[in-house]
Amino acid sequence: MSETQFIQQVCERVKDHAARKAPLRIVGGGTKDFYGGPLVGEGLSIAPYSGIVAYEPRELVLTVRAGTRLTEIEAALAAEGQMLPFEPPGYGDAATIGGTVACNFSGPRRPFAGAARDLVLGARIVNGKGEDLSFGGRVIKNVAGYDVSRLMAGALGTLGVMTELSFKVLPKPAAEATLVFEMDEARMIESVNRWAGQPLPLSATAWEDGVLHVRLSGAAAAVASAKLKLGGTALAEGEQFWVKLREHRLDFFADGGPLWRLSVAQTAAPLKLGQPQLIEWGGGLRWVRGPLSLQQARDAAQQAGGHATRFRGGDRGAGVFHPLAPAVAKIHRRLKHAFDPAGILNPGRMDNFQA
Amino acid sequence: MSAQPHIPQSDRTARRSRVAEALRSRLPGQAVLTEREDLRPYECDGLSAYRETPLLTALPGTIPEAAEVMRVARETNTPVVARGSGTGLSGGATPLADGILLSLGKFNRILSIDPLARRAIVQPGVRNAAISEAAAAHGLYYAPDPSSQIACSIGGNVAENSGGVHCLKYGLTVHNVQKVRALTIEGDDIEFGCDALDSPGYDLLATITGSEGLLALTVEVSVKLLPRPQVAQVVMASFASVEAAGEAVAAVIGAGIIPAGLEMMDRLATEAVEDFVHAGYDLEAEAILLCESDGTAEEVAEEIAKIADVMKGAGCTAFAVSRDETERLRFWSGRKNAFPAVGRISPDYYCIDGSIPRSALPKVLRRIDELSRHYSLRCANVFHAGDGNLHPLILYDANVPGELEKTEDYAGDILELCIEVGGTITGEHGVGIEKIKQMCTQFQPRELEQFHSLKAAFDPEGLLNPGKMVPTLHRCAEFGAMRVSRGQLPHPDLPRF
Repeated sequence: MSETQFIQQVCERVKDHAARKAPLRIVGGGTKDFYGGPLVGEGLSIAPYSGIVAYEPRELVLTVRAGTRLTEIEAALAAEGQMLPFEPPGYGDAATIGGTVACNFSGPRRPFAGAARDLVLGARIVNGKGEDLSFGGRVIKNVAGYDVSRLMAGALGTLGVMTELSFKVLPKPAAEATLVFEMDEARMIESVNRWAGQPLPLSATAWEDGVLHVRLSGAAAAVASAKLKLGGTALAEGEQFWVKLREHRLDFFADGGPLWRLSVAQTAAPLKLGQPQLIEWGGGLRWVRGPLSLQQARDAAQQAGGHATRFRGGDRGAGVFHPLAPAVAKIHRRLKHAFDPAGILNPGRMDNFQA
Repeated sequence: MSAQPHIPQSDRTARRSRVAEALRSRLPGQAVLTEREDLRPYECDGLSAYRETPLLTALPGTIPEAAEVMRVARETNTPVVARGSGTGLSGGATPLADGILLSLGKFNRILSIDPLARRAIVQPGVRNAAISEAAAAHGLYYAPDPSSQIACSIGGNVAENSGGVHCLKYGLTVHNVQKVRALTIEGDDIEFGCDALDSPGYDLLATITGSEGLLALTVEVSVKLLPRPQVAQVVMASFASVEAAGEAVAAVIGAGIIPAGLEMMDRLATEAVEDFVHAGYDLEAEAILLCESDGTAEEVAEEIAKIADVMKGAGCTAFAVSRDETERLRFWSGRKNAFPAVGRISPDYYCIDGSIPRSALPKVLRRIDELSRHYSLRCANVFHAGDGNLHPLILYDANVPGELEKTEDYAGDILELCIEVGGTITGEHGVGIEKIKQMCTQFQPRELEQFHSLKAAFDPEGLLNPGKMVPTLHRCAEFGAMRVSRGQLPHPDLPRF
């Protein structure tokens, strides 16, 4: 379908729904239906609007239609020796770039290379009034107007329907290595933070049950010298470990029980929750599996300088995202109204403020 | 270019007394300036061609005092323009004749540095370079390095989302700020972002960054610190044409290298600089490139060898690698002094800040050169080549009648050229008052309307830095009318006033 046709259709559909105040549920590959507040409204599929709009490796910039699958993007970038630096998880082959940005999902490389929001350069959206709008662009530096493109990252489609997105991309590292260490949680938190303060080519950390995995990425010489400096045991086929971690295919995630995501200060002391934990992002991301109470999860995260999300499983109707301070919630309500006055785009998907 | 309506002097005096009285009842005596002599230092920021005397200047020293200023502004319906060091280049801190100029000069303390968390909490008036100086003891630094870093404040950096010569590798302000504490005009004390790597809800931290003082008043900033690279070396390469240098830039990136800095200067710029700081630049070259590698000793050795191959492959006419830190700083001294150096060869200069896809560089430079002849104004080109951010410097003399206006037209043409090739009117200096006209070209009316409604979510009364960054559709229509002579009406659907 041509660009104009598809976007016009989306605009018309949104206008129609706005006039009727009838909710729309924006759908990409459907791989993240588990995430966020309950799904409401008629489906608006973006998956048909797919394909790479522009990719010039020497510009380090990629522009894609929002319905493009992550797998297609990764293949196109890999052919040029490049990558999406935020290493997004797909949670299924049908995952689209639009859904990924809507959730601001980023993988193991996030603390060292930035999140989805950090790499977004531009966004074309249809707002809740059915207007086709473009913000940001295809250049790395751009401060013209408010940064609406980054505002779309993590907004769960509640502010606009993303139709096209531009990203900064980077060359794949020339060399990678995975090291394994045995250490307890407190020592791990101290070690990974201390290492992150040194000029070492760290690109990921993951700890579970006394075992720490560390990934190094960079120039071959830098990776080799960091291996010597850090010690540990080299893991053959380390790459597979990080893919399984990113896609939640490690045994830790296999249990069907509720999965909590606690995003906290990287240096926060071990959380005493009495449940199994997997800790990524240099201590900043703590996955907790098990029957935590909502209050327990929120209190622990807040005390550790962050916030808790009921990531997968459990009763999503009881609350998914961390509550906002009243003054922040007020701005959220007004922003929602500014972009979607009829309140029809993915209503309730972001459930920590009343639209 | 002043956007301000004419206010009768008597009204202004009465208003000044009223607002000053309200402020003086809540702030220490020295914190409110109303005398003309005292207001003079606040008349302009780095965009000194445009001046205005503020209604008064308030210098709060604490967050509660700043909150009192915001309260008086709200209660008296008086606009507020915040100011850090006043080094901004787009007029973001140009005062309003009927507005309070709120100086954050007293907010100049580094509150804490946590080396393990690699985090500094600082007040907004702290100088950018002071953060790195304080963090140096821990082997850490704050990466964004705008050229004014010895003077510019971190609060201003947040307002402008400032960049610098190292942003291709290390990111802009938005990538290096963790949390911003700000006061809203409604009296709320808010934290945007948190101590974790992300925060719940919308990414208001990204929204506040680069918002040019239109959304809230920054009173505390938590920045990320990075490990200081062990080694840095810079390659200096000469080229016989700017096109050849542009090709070399593309070839560096194409070879999978992300240099710590990649800068280009054309001949007029290098001549001005060489005369000023004696950086050792090749004056035979039409363009020179500075390409820096940083990291561990092994990484740098490997990367410098690759860069050397690429530069030679791209046909450089001369090539040098800094042998030690002194030489590295000397190579950079020219680039870092490019603006003042150009200031020495011309009574005035006008700095432009367009951003373009790198592939458009030869076309854009050729067109800038043609326009230079058309307007009979010289233009020196300094370019953050790695990330596509151009800084053409137009040389002019404000004492020659009509020359500033001609310069503005030339600048406007360059910015519209940037839009035409898929770029943007500002890479890092902000829109302010300077580029507000080009916002009408870069954005459609409905996009500008979305910006206005976004602002209203933070500042419903429109009291924070009004008239900056986002033009009203009315103003765009006026600009459009001004441009009819060139046969281009950007918004034919709008009513003309």
